[in-house]
Amino acid sequence: MSDSHSYPHEPTGVETRKLGMWIFLSTEILFFGTLITTFMIFKGRDFPGIKLTDVYDIPFTSVSSFVLLMSSLTMVLAHNALESNDQEKTRVWLLATAMLGAVFLAGQIYEFTEFYHKGFELSSNIFSSTFYVLTGFHGLHVFIGVVLLLALWSIGQRQKGLSLDGGMNLEFVALYWHFVDIVWIVLFTVVYLI
Amino acid sequence: MTKIIEPRKQSNIFKRPSSETGIWSWITTVDHKRIGIMYGYAAFFFLLVGGLEALLLRIQLASPDNNFLSAAEYNAMFTMHGTTMIFLAIMPISAAFFNYLLPLQIGARDVAFPRLNALSFWIFIFGGVFLYSTFLFGTAGAPQGGYLAEEVSRLGSAPNGGWFGYQPNAGFKYSPGTAMDYWAIGLQILGIASLVSAFNFITTILNMRTKGMRLMRMPVFTWMTFAVSFLLAFSLPIIAIALFYVTFDRQFGTTFFLTEGGGDPILWQHLFWLFGHPEVYILILPAFGIVSEVLPTFSRKPLFGYPAIVFAGFGIAFIGFGVWAHHMFASAISPVAQAGFGLSTMVIAVPTGVKIFNWLGTIWGGKLKLNTPMLFSLGFIGMFVIGGLSGVTHSIVPADTQQTDTYYVVAHFHYVLFGGAMFGIFSGLYYWFPKVWGKMYNEALGKIHFWLMIIGFNLTFGPMHWLGLQGQVRRTWVYAEETNLGFWNLIVSIGAFIIALSILVFMANWIYSRRKGPDAGFDPWDARTIEWSIPSPTPVWNFSKAPEVKSLDDFWHMKYDEDEDGRPVRKDSADALMLELEEEGLNPKEDIVLPNPSYFPIILASGLPFLGYAVIYKMLPLAIVGTLLILIGSFGWGTEPLEEEFIGDGENE
Repeated sequence: MSDSHSYPHEPTGVETRKLGMWIFLSTEILFFGTLITTFMIFKGRDFPGIKLTDVYDIPFTSVSSFVLLMSSLTMVLAHNALESNDQEKTRVWLLATAMLGAVFLAGQIYEFTEFYHKGFELSSNIFSSTFYVLTGFHGLHVFIGVVLLLALWSIGQRQKGLSLDGGMNLEFVALYWHFVDIVWIVLFTVVYLI
Repeated sequence: MTKIIEPRKQSNIFKRPSSETGIWSWITTVDHKRIGIMYGYAAFFFLLVGGLEALLLRIQLASPDNNFLSAAEYNAMFTMHGTTMIFLAIMPISAAFFNYLLPLQIGARDVAFPRLNALSFWIFIFGGVFLYSTFLFGTAGAPQGGYLAEEVSRLGSAPNGGWFGYQPNAGFKYSPGTAMDYWAIGLQILGIASLVSAFNFITTILNMRTKGMRLMRMPVFTWMTFAVSFLLAFSLPIIAIALFYVTFDRQFGTTFFLTEGGGDPILWQHLFWLFGHPEVYILILPAFGIVSEVLPTFSRKPLFGYPAIVFAGFGIAFIGFGVWAHHMFASAISPVAQAGFGLSTMVIAVPTGVKIFNWLGTIWGGKLKLNTPMLFSLGFIGMFVIGGLSGVTHSIVPADTQQTDTYYVVAHFHYVLFGGAMFGIFSGLYYWFPKVWGKMYNEALGKIHFWLMIIGFNLTFGPMHWLGLQGQVRRTWVYAEETNLGFWNLIVSIGAFIIALSILVFMANWIYSRRKGPDAGFDPWDARTIEWSIPSPTPVWNFSKAPEVKSLDDFWHMKYDEDEDGRPVRKDSADALMLELEEEGLNPKEDIVLPNPSYFPIILASGLPFLGYAVIYKMLPLAIVGTLLILIGSFGWGTEPLEEEFIGDGENE
């Protein structure tokens, strides 16, 4: 093996992939920012027709939000386990994180169908359109996160196991996952509570 | 002789591509230089297409009451002209410069994420092809009763709602058919390409700088790339969401921009211009960067006020997010907002003015060498100042209200985007031609190109100022004889053909010089930045060893000392140093590890147009094909290492 790069790396001291991820997440803020702003603009409008407040079930969504928040905890536990190079535990916590994410998604699908049957459809009016596009966009992010977690978990099954450097590493996915969770805290507050 | 280590031809899903020449080597390449060249050619192709569309518009407008194009065709042509020039010509040509030069200017071997870089390029290509496939498959119907109700030809079956796609005009009610869907989804795909390249470049600049390349030693072009990447990263998400809304409105019956369901057409304008104004700076800042490289080189002086130019660039980028509503003075925004945005529009002229004076300061008292790149840079300053000044007149709200939707505005933005951005880009194309090809372009043809272009340009866009003030409205396919607008419109059309002629001269020069041009040698301009310290054309590995940078304009200081009056004096050792650099650059002493080519970027990118068609035609099989391609692409990508493991210790000499 030759590694005779005379090339210095990373003057910022942050690993390049991680830095790329941070920059990606900063653009994600703008994606969600635009969606949330639109939602807020229309929320205050006086327009006849069915509203989210007519159909929602806060206790239910609170529970699924709690599930998603707990997945951040299991993500941290997975990271911790990997730092002490406990492959077994890392895999368990990764799978737990993915499962919690999946539970949240299932909750969202259930909620959407409930709303739909109560007459709150995508094209009902501006309140329903903004609601579905905003929370659906977040749901898509959770879905991608679950896929990434499962991919990581299956890589972890291999002989070499996971490591903290190189490849599609755990930290990289963890950053994304925490971000998606934090966004949900904002969304839950803005969409359901205010 | 060279010791690029051969990687093991490891098989993943596919055998790893290994050809170094031929079409496959280009399709699978992850080399930033090759990607840059492909960006350049593809963008130039679209520039020709966009130019052709402009010529059709000008033939139609050359005489009053003309019927060369129908109203529907005219709408399609001006929409596609604007969309093409902005998203498929100027932005990717800038991306070509970024790709080729950025790693060279910061002394890196490649960008931070070489495969992502290939991905951006292929998404751009597929996005462009998708958008243009509207001429084959798209339909543009028209609401009953208007001028547009006639039978629409293929030429008219393109997006026709303007590059700004104002709602509700571009909604399904007033733009039935699929053409505007092609537009919305096409821009969405192109946006992904730019977004991916934006965070690639930001990461590259932050993390791939060589030893001693501190931020304040980076060439100005690199700085402007940095600023543009931030602008892209923070403005494209806004338009992406807005285009989502448009697609939902058109396809799934939502009413984001339609008042029937409680939506708001003005919201589209806000979102669009929140992206659209930073976009203007996305188009112009790369040209600022190019000019800031060319002027010092041919004035034989350091750039006047380097930090001021850098900070002015970022000032422009920052304030650029706070002026968007000056595009909307004629829309329903409050007088307070009008005053505020009028003021911020005046304020943004300040950093721009700083740059102009810095450039003038750079050439002041310099030993000017008026060759083609320098002429284009000087032309840039002149034309951009005219366009900038007419821009400031738009900050006066009453005047702007008068000028809205007239040819005055068309004149203004062509002076900044053509007289500005395109002149800067041509300057850069000539300036770095010897770097890329190792040959010298033909100076005489280059000068003919410049003079034809600057004459044609001013004939085309100068008269538009007074045509607009006389009241000729934009986006209207015909004007009446009695308006007396015929004479100047004819002049404008003649000017457009002179521009076309100048482009032919440029192409002839390019094709001829690439084959038959004299060898350029290694540092033909006696230049200042480190991309000239390596052989031309650039070797695959860029730098044979990581350069160590000791100051701003490092390469210049390797060659020159200053006498007591501050004049440059060439060092005695300079010639020997040149020979040494060339020898060293061609024969690296150490093993070089380069990222290996990959199939997966193009596979991943090819899935996107399928998804686009699937949304437009609601066809599930297409969606499945698209998703599969994306999944195969990402899976292969994720499991394939960037650089393969190596066989032994690089013993292949």
